[in-house]
Amino acid sequence: MKALAGACLLIFVLAAASLFVGVSDVTPGKLIGADAGSRALQVLLASRIPRTLAIILAGMSMAVAGFIMQMLARNRFVEPSTAGTMESASLGMLVVTLLAPQAPVMGKMLAASAFALAGTALFLRILRSIPLRSVLIVPLVGIMMGNVISAVATFIAYRFDLLQALAAWTTGDFSSVLRGRYELLWLSFLLTGIAYFAADRFTVAGLGEDFTTNLGLHYRRVLRLGLVIVSMVTASVVATVGMVPFVGLIVPNIVAMAMGDNMRHALPWVAILGAGLVLACDLAGRLIRFPYEIPVGTVMGVVGSALFLALLLRKRRQLG
Amino acid sequence: MIEIENVSKAYGRSVVVDGVTLTLPSRGITSIIGPNGAGKSTLLSMVSRLLPMDRGHVRVDGLDIADAASDVLARRLSILRQDNSISVRLTVRELVTFGRYPHSKGRPTAADREHVERALGYLGLDGLADRFLDELSGGQRQRAFVAMVLCQDTDYMLLDEPLNNLDMKHAVSMMQLLRGAADEFGKTVVLVLHDINFASCYSDHIVAMRDGRVIHQGSPEALIRPDVLAEIYDLDIAVETIGGRPIGIYYLGSGSARRQQMPGPNG
Ligand SMILES: Nc1ncnc2c1ncn2[C@@H]1O[C@H](COP(=O)(O)OP(=O)(O)O)[C@@H](O)[C@H]1O
Ligand SMILES: [Mg+2]
Repeated sequence: MKALAGACLLIFVLAAASLFVGVSDVTPGKLIGADAGSRALQVLLASRIPRTLAIILAGMSMAVAGFIMQMLARNRFVEPSTAGTMESASLGMLVVTLLAPQAPVMGKMLAASAFALAGTALFLRILRSIPLRSVLIVPLVGIMMGNVISAVATFIAYRFDLLQALAAWTTGDFSSVLRGRYELLWLSFLLTGIAYFAADRFTVAGLGEDFTTNLGLHYRRVLRLGLVIVSMVTASVVATVGMVPFVGLIVPNIVAMAMGDNMRHALPWVAILGAGLVLACDLAGRLIRFPYEIPVGTVMGVVGSALFLALLLRKRRQLG
Repeated sequence: MIEIENVSKAYGRSVVVDGVTLTLPSRGITSIIGPNGAGKSTLLSMVSRLLPMDRGHVRVDGLDIADAASDVLARRLSILRQDNSISVRLTVRELVTFGRYPHSKGRPTAADREHVERALGYLGLDGLADRFLDELSGGQRQRAFVAMVLCQDTDYMLLDEPLNNLDMKHAVSMMQLLRGAADEFGKTVVLVLHDINFASCYSDHIVAMRDGRVIHQGSPEALIRPDVLAEIYDLDIAVETIGGRPIGIYYLGSGSARRQQMPGPNG
């Protein structure tokens, strides 16, 4: 409990830093005694606070979504970016933008959720028909499938001159987050709360279908609940800030190493560290080439793939 | 009482459980024996609703498992399968606590925790309770699984080869534990066993399967006999009475059996 409070404090510090890093000069000094019309205060309210909240909400919920997927697929290396979920969500955004450009963002996000759900279900279906289900093959299949889906998306976007819109969904970037344009992420926060509520069910499902049935739960229902949560979280993140890969992979793995997978216990940690990792990567992206920004999706991609490789190699050693 | 009525299962064209009708009496230990591929695990999985059956009915205390609510069944009957690979990283105590899930729905009470500690103690896992399952030996993990099932505290316990991976000492204490559960707590224990002598020493009732059918059933004295065993296993097994129990001596094989080839996939 104490450690968890400490981690919260760390997030608090990172969040505070996130509020005061940027091109416009916003410092605590300028804010104290500033009148309501001051520029610093306006930047803070319209941009910095929304951005920081968006980072925290997206980081938390993506990490938890990855955790749920790892339980349900019973594989440590599955997360929305290694199972075709993210790519399907952005394909969904593209398709709905083509067919119903005037649809409200909530409607688009729901359509993207449906795509994400279908893509993830397809991934699980493919897995079931692969006889050799080695631990390392599973994410490779997912990554290949994701690549195929994003190739389709790129082709469509190219034909209809929507490449720029597609780029916004595929590269996670918090720099354009403004008040009024990120609130959808509160939905994924709500979904994270539901995941916590159902944590024991997901842990039981992680034990496998037979254990789940023996304990009186319906495996299919737990699977469906988990997939809906994962798809909606992914779609709302893709719709508002774009793909943020690897958070859902790295954070749950690190937490599992330290304290195991019992979700009731581990989920708060996964959520907090997920927020922390994305905050840190976004800050790094803002500082490395200041005053220019590197999108968080790119930073996450570099940091994430390095850590992913480290995890893979570690696993290989364990497997012999 | 578990009533199994005309239960069948086929994979493609091969029938692996073939119209089995069987009544497993309440209280006491029933052991199912038979060669590899006889259909023992398949039958147990169907009885415990893990595997849908092609034909037939199973009733547990009159409750048809096809209609009964799964969470109601989970408080009456528990099952441990033969091979359990777990990728989730849980400690032994966490796993065993999940055995209480049908009762606690994830909110274990003080009474649930007592159950957990008692089960850990019975299986000699006190010292390992906080270790992660993936850091245990096969036998230790097997004991953790049995502790979990024990913790579920159901009237019926179905265990498929619970002695897997156990050394002699732990195998004996596992059988004594199950005997105690049957005698002192009135549990009904159904086991798949490969060691006919454990079956002989600890069971009230033995069921022998072969090629998807029940070919013999009865008391240990009725089943552990050279002629019956030869029919079940295609092996000449001498039987001696040791300490009042029929004990099969099969390690040396027999002249004719030793010359036989390794049995095929279904043999
Ligand atoms: N999923 C399956 N698909 C095809 N055949 C199976 C499957 N499961 C079991 N079998 C076959 O059913 C037969 C009985 O298996 P099983 O019940 O596990 O035997 P036992 O437990 O008695 O050794 C075996 O011949 C096995 O090959
Ligand atoms: Mg078997």
